[in-house]
Amino acid sequence: MPTFVRTEKCDGCKGQDKTACMYICPHDLMKLDKDGSETGHAMKAFNQEPEQCWECYSCVKICPQQAIECRHYADIVPLGASVQPLRGSDSIMWTIKFRNGNMKRFKFPIRTTPEGSIEPYAGKPAVDMASLDKPGVFTMTGKLKGDRSQLICLK
Amino acid sequence: MAGTFDNPEIIEEEVDILLIGGGMACCGAAYEVMRWVEGTDISVKLVDKAAMDRSGAVAQGLSAINTYLGDQDPADYARMVANDLMGITRDDLAYDLGRHVDDSVHLFEEWGLPIWKQPGDESKPLKDGGKPVRSGKWQIMINGESYKWIVAEAAKKALGTDKIQERVFIVKLVNDKNDPTRVSGAIGFSVREFKIYVYKFKACLLAAGGCVNLFRPRSVGEGTGRAWYPVWNAGSTYAMAAEAGAELTMMENRFVPARFKDGYGPVGAWFLLFKAQATNALGEVYMAKNKEMLNQYPPYGQAAVPASCLRNHLMMHEMKEGRGPIYMDTPTALAKLAETMTPKEIKHLEAEAWEDFLDMCIGQAGVWAGENIEPEKKPSELMPTEPYLLGSHSGCCGIWVSGPSDLGAPAEWSWGYRSMTTVKGLFTAGDGVGASGHKFSSGSHAEGRLAAKGMVKYVLDNKNWKPELEDSVSDLVAEIYKPVRNFLEHKDYTTAIDVNPNYITPKMLQFRLQKIMDEYCAGVATWYQTNAHMLKVCEDKLEMLKEDSLKMRAKDLHELLRAWENYHRIITAEAHMKHIQFREESRYPGFYYRMDFNFVDEENWKCFVNSTYDKKSKQWTCKKVPHVDLVSKPTAK
Repeated sequence: MPTFVRTEKCDGCKGQDKTACMYICPHDLMKLDKDGSETGHAMKAFNQEPEQCWECYSCVKICPQQAIECRHYADIVPLGASVQPLRGSDSIMWTIKFRNGNMKRFKFPIRTTPEGSIEPYAGKPAVDMASLDKPGVFTMTGKLKGDRSQLICLK
Repeated sequence: MAGTFDNPEIIEEEVDILLIGGGMACCGAAYEVMRWVEGTDISVKLVDKAAMDRSGAVAQGLSAINTYLGDQDPADYARMVANDLMGITRDDLAYDLGRHVDDSVHLFEEWGLPIWKQPGDESKPLKDGGKPVRSGKWQIMINGESYKWIVAEAAKKALGTDKIQERVFIVKLVNDKNDPTRVSGAIGFSVREFKIYVYKFKACLLAAGGCVNLFRPRSVGEGTGRAWYPVWNAGSTYAMAAEAGAELTMMENRFVPARFKDGYGPVGAWFLLFKAQATNALGEVYMAKNKEMLNQYPPYGQAAVPASCLRNHLMMHEMKEGRGPIYMDTPTALAKLAETMTPKEIKHLEAEAWEDFLDMCIGQAGVWAGENIEPEKKPSELMPTEPYLLGSHSGCCGIWVSGPSDLGAPAEWSWGYRSMTTVKGLFTAGDGVGASGHKFSSGSHAEGRLAAKGMVKYVLDNKNWKPELEDSVSDLVAEIYKPVRNFLEHKDYTTAIDVNPNYITPKMLQFRLQKIMDEYCAGVATWYQTNAHMLKVCEDKLEMLKEDSLKMRAKDLHELLRAWENYHRIITAEAHMKHIQFREESRYPGFYYRMDFNFVDEENWKCFVNSTYDKKSKQWTCKKVPHVDLVSKPTAK
């Protein structure tokens, strides 16, 4: 189910050189049609290779205008359903609309810390260069896991 | 001067350590390496073909961390990995991963990844003894929509933005001018600007994922994109390593997951949380009905959890005998739960089942919504997918690497630097490391960290060595830009841009590859069956395809990306075919069958198959490498 961009909602990320969806798509699918020559809609983004879309929703989740949705794979899925998220800073809300009109809504946490707050080495031990070629990673202290009597080839 | 499409700008840069890829393995490496290089003058750069926030196999998110040992012993973990992969894995690599992986998971939790806890332990971190909710012996449940986003944030902060180059696709490694058994460079291009990047380095971590879409997928329209593993995994890790001369291992191995049909959504929650059973169309539980078939494959079929391939084997027996479709019997499972649970409890479980899809396979939610699936009323079809090549999930193809030296492994399994391949300076992790498997997201991160230490040591030991490229920059540029030249030179020969006798579009080349692999190399078209005759046809057709790959066209940078991805797929496919051809047995029934050797031959083939590729003659050489158990295991009775 490739993603599509709603013409009326997309603002081309306000005329910047690249849009949020172009920035994030892991498969280089989203493209800004600067002059409208490819879609007839200048300064709006589109999915340039829908049959390569994994439906990972990275573009849907990041779009600041909520202009991107998914129409599930046309060669597989009957028409009429939709699955749409609204991703916040600590949770994501999903609205699932079934073909028959039934609806389901879910909200799940996504993160327990504020975005951007990670201090990767705060409070972590410094490295000991003498242990560079020994097992272990720098954050591990104490004994390595494992009952060594299980290792039958140790001499 | 800014480059243009027909005359790109060339940027040359020298660093000590280059990280190729931005997934879990490279994020782990970035985190570890930046701490070790503090106080040294070692320089580092990470190059990702996408954006780190959402690149790699965890881009979409995950609903579980599949490798977390907790109180369990790494020896038991190594035993599970070996049994699931039919006995032929490197215990040194699996054991080493098992004793390090939990540390990465503890970091993820500290960074903000929500990890489910047992009642009463909700606010107690794993590292302080908080008990996770397990959905399997080795798995723990998470709210993992932002899993990659969180892990990438830590890696990006550790590196700093000046050490990250996104949207540059590295397509080729370059051997050293003075020592062809060494790598000293890599070349790639930006998919955003007309720029070609040439890097020189002392060491590099090649961790660019597994291989998807080398076989014809079951869905060939828009659904082509709905691969089970990420569609952007193009075999770049295996192809670039092979061309640089690295020894590959177990490239005959593949993974064929049995998943919800078409959406390829996860089945774990239904099996483990709901205790649902998979049945044939008559409602018979085939794992029970066909149980005696497992006894034909001792000891791998007789373990508490039989090897993944054998579970497929039993399922496909029903399909081939005409008793399909195969169903996940959700109505029976839910009815049974309703006998003991309150409606509120069931509603909660239902939300968890939907989250399983929404966290990691939203497409499956779309299939259920589109087909009005109400699991309490209607069972859902299961289907084995097209084959995937990978080394981090339930597969073990990849590159032969140097392992830890303190676990009693044979001397030939370790050559000084953890995670270095047989090519000096070339390291790998995650899907790149062969003969292990079952690392998943957390294990790939941990493996990247182990490789990082190996690289730092290698760089310190080679402080005064200067990398020199074997090929001239202009030759390299000409080679990687050939698809653009093909296009510009010939585009006006015909009126229709896609039909031209002088070039082939990357898309059509991919179709050709997928057709060959599907029909001759044990794809879905033949129920995963092949034989020596079919493989010979495959070999000949791949040879011509490889020749024609030089005629791929690229009408823009996006197509240049696809051209090189597909070149990598061809080399990977060729390795897969050669290994299946060499191994005269059917080691993985349910994943593929050599019908001319349709048995597991423990006496002659309980060994690794390793291969090397000669980039000059374009020929492969396969050999047997002895297998040794480093922990005790059940044997065939």
